[in-house]
Order: sequence, then C-alpha cells, then structure tokens
Amino acid sequence: MLLKAIGRQLIAILLTALIGGLLGATLVRFAPGFGVQESDLNAQLSAETRQALHQQDASERNVPSYYAHYLTQLARGDLGYSRSLNRPVLELLRDRVPETLYSLAIGVGGGWLLGLALALPATWKRSPAYSTAASLITGVFLCIPSAVLALLFLVVGSPGRIAIALVVFPKVFRFSRNLLIKTYAMPHVLTAKARGLSSLRILGWHVFPNIAAPMLALAGVTVSLALGAAIPVEVVCDYPGLGQLAWRAALARDVPVLVNLTLIIALVTVAANSFSDLLTPTATRDVL
Amino acid sequence: MTGARWAAIVLLAAVFLIALAANLFAPAPYAKQFRQDVNHSPTQAYPLGTDELGRDRLSRLLYGMRISLLLAPAAALLSTVLAAIVGGAGAYIGGVWERAIKVVIDLFLSLPWLFLLLTVRALLPLDIPAVTSVLVTFALLGALGWAASARIVAATVRDLRNAEFVLQARASGCPPLRLLLRHMLPNVKPILIAQFWISVPLFILTEANLGMLGLGVTEPLPSWGNLLRELENYGALSHRPWLWAPLISLLVVVSLFQFILSGEEYVS
Repeated sequence: MLLKAIGRQLIAILLTALIGGLLGATLVRFAPGFGVQESDLNAQLSAETRQALHQQDASERNVPSYYAHYLTQLARGDLGYSRSLNRPVLELLRDRVPETLYSLAIGVGGGWLLGLALALPATWKRSPAYSTAASLITGVFLCIPSAVLALLFLVVGSPGRIAIALVVFPKVFRFSRNLLIKTYAMPHVLTAKARGLSSLRILGWHVFPNIAAPMLALAGVTVSLALGAAIPVEVVCDYPGLGQLAWRAALARDVPVLVNLTLIIALVTVAANSFSDLLTPTATRDVL
Repeated sequence: MTGARWAAIVLLAAVFLIALAANLFAPAPYAKQFRQDVNHSPTQAYPLGTDELGRDRLSRLLYGMRISLLLAPAAALLSTVLAAIVGGAGAYIGGVWERAIKVVIDLFLSLPWLFLLLTVRALLPLDIPAVTSVLVTFALLGALGWAASARIVAATVRDLRNAEFVLQARASGCPPLRLLLRHMLPNVKPILIAQFWISVPLFILTEANLGMLGLGVTEPLPSWGNLLRELENYGALSHRPWLWAPLISLLVVVSLFQFILSGEEYVS
C-alpha cells in the first residue's frame, strides 16, 4: 500500500518535470528574441556565414526537437544561460538559494511560531474577547500586500524577512485554531481533562497525534505561500535571493531564467507536498 | 447573517458605487497633469495633493479603485467558472479523468503563482498599451488562480456523486445533463459563491503586489498596485501622511470583503 502510494507520488513528480519542461521549452521557444544571435550583429561575418550559423540552430526552432534538447540539457544539469545577467542559470541559482532559504526559514518558522502562539491560547481560554482580538490581528495581515508589509518593516528599520512570517501566520492561526478546537472537544481529550492531566501532557499525548497529519499538510502549503511572498519581500528589501532573481528576469524578459526557476520551484514544492500527502488523509488536503 | 455583516455589505456597496462613479466624484481626469502644482500638499482643489507629475491623487485613487473593483470580480468570475468546469467535470466523470485533473490541479497548486504570473507577464511585449495591460493582468489572475477553488469543487462533486438523491435520480433514468444542472449544481452553488468572494480580495491583493513590482497595470492608468508604489518614498511618509491613503483604502476594502465572508468560508 505504502509502496503504491510512493510510486504514485514519484509519477506525479516525474509528470511535473515532463509537463513543466514542455511548457518551459515552449515558452522559451516562442519568447521574443529567441533565435537572435550575437553573430547577427557582427559586421565581420558574411551573409553566408551567418546563414550557416542559423542553419546549425535550425533544429531548435522545432518545438519537439527543442524540447528533447532542453530535457537532455536539464538531465545533465545545464539550465541554460541568462541573457540579462550574462551568467549560467545554475550559477545564479547556486548563489541565491541560501538567501531565499534563510528568508523561508525565518518566514515559515516565524509564521508557525506566531500562528500557534495565538491559536493555543484561543483554544485553551475559549474567551470570545481573545478570539475576536486574535481574528482581527490575523485579519489585518490578510489585507496587506506582502510588498507593503516589507516596506513597513523597512520604514521602522526592522528586517523585512519578518513580513514573510506575517503572510504565513494568519493561515497557520486560522487552520490550527479550528483544528485544535475540534480536537479538544473529542471524547478522549475530555476524559484526559477530567482525569486532571496537565495541559502540556494533554497537548503532547492526546491532541498532537491527532493533528500531526493535517498540520504536516499545512506545512507544505505554508512553504509555497512563503515562496510566493519571498518575491516582493526580496525585491523591496533588496535581498539577493531567488525572488529578486525572478523579478529581475521578468523585467528583463529573461525567459530561460524564469522558466527554469519556476520548474525547479514546482519540483521542490511537488516533492514537499508529495511527502506530506503520503502522511495525510485526502479529506484534510481538500480543505487546505 | 449578523447586523455587522450587513453593515459591511452596505459599506462595500457604497465604496463600489463611489468607485463606479469615479468620473462624477473625481476632481480631475486621472491623467491630467497640473504642471504648476507638482507634489502639491492637500488643498480644496486637490484633497489628497498631487503626485510628482502634478496629477490629482484623489482622482487617481478613485479611478484606480474603479479598475480594481470592476476587474477583480471579473477575474474571480473567470477563475470560479474554470474551477467549476475543471474540478466539477473531473469529479463528475470520475476514473482516469478525475485522476488526471487532480494531477493538473496539484501542479497548479504546487507553483507559487506569483512566479507563474511573473513568467507569463514577462512574455508580453514591452510596449503593451495601458488598457491592454489592465485586461491582461486581471485575465492572467483569473486564468491562473482557479486551482484552489477547483480542488474544493472537485471534493464537493465527488461527495455529491455518491449521494443518495443523485443515485436515486440516476436510477430513475435522469439524463446526465439534467442531473448535473437540476440536482448537483444547486448543491455546488454555495461553494462556488464562497470561492468567488474569497477570490476577489485575493486578486485585488495580488494585483497590488504585481503593481508594486512594476509588473501590473501600466501607467498612466491608475491601480491600487501602482498607487502603492509611492510608499517606496518612505522618507517622506512622516511629513506627508496623505501618501498612506491608497493603503488605507485598500485595507478597508479588503477587510470589508473578509468580514462579509464567514470564518469557515474564509478558511476553506
């Protein structure tokens, strides 16, 4: 059963790579500027030489053969060359991944800490005033674009990465609060309370095992959410991460960078979601 | 529905009507430049002052709100229809189709869609006219933002497919189209309406993010996104507080949308 599920998830990852690769190759093929060569501007070359050079690349103009070429290069770890930054895409990614990972760690970690720190008292106290105040706070952060949040942090002189945590935490708070309220109302938890067990023991032994699977599914969603928020935050705060790279590539119409970046991020998030899917019931995923 | 939610609906309707009638309330056309009054402080003639090109800020805010409040619901409608077609059809047909559509939905959901939007937006020509940029931005939001709704629609249709009343209708010879339109659609309608309302503020916020990155609606057309770019001049915010007006109006409108949605609908 588990092997079958693992096989299904592996097929999903492979399909992502193949479909994403095909879409990517098609986008690159039809992007403005495709096929334009530096040699076209070289006055030293004769028309015949230029034509011969173009004929060499003629195979790339056909989408299926270009796709095959693209996949072969991808399998070799060659992600192409950035026209706007004049560097191989792989090198650019290698330089910028640590910055984004750092932002994600702060964003996802901070978002979860903040979300759970607000959700647990909301469940324990069941005070309408606290619940309303917590909902209002989370509501406010749901109404502000992440770029503006990052800007506000710059205004007050704080690290802009916290903005990613503030994008993640309302989702964590709302989902975990509802889940905790449901779990705390379960008969076995009520029995544990009646027997006088401590709050921490009830949480660790009776509540956590019940909420672990849906929380894991939420973890996958929050990574994706944080990655999305990382683009405006890195742009506004001038952090040299993948988000800023994507933005620069978008402004410069550097499609190879964008396509490979999107494909890699899709593969990472599909792999993360596949892992959480293996441990999560379908019903939970449908409400996330 | 509580009184507070009704009040939110009335307020939102009022904001919507004011934005819709922007040409009546705006003191000047949104692109008109008063070159003698560049960066002017608020006065009776310019209630929110003028920007660095001498354009009246209040007029630009009202027209920007009109664009966002008209096109975000249109994009939400497009994404809801796509979600209903893709998610609903896949779950209704079942079998291989359902699995295939589930893979497509998972693929879309696994992509942080701001990356996808940047990629697709980057493929558009540089000299795109302002009106086209508005339509393209919101059409992209609608065309790429359907996956989360489709997953919820698919789950609902899957449950309905095996519901007793559907089985009974099928057993009594009800044709598939009638089954879909008369028996299943009324049950999916509340989910679709909720998804529509959830998508509207989401699209407004996404356009604002895109606009701040310079990849949303292009000048001279105003939108919440490009109006918020003035906040980047944060050194001036303390002595020119009227620059906060676009953010405050965005906060109010999105909060009203959020308030209208009940807690459970919003979480879903």
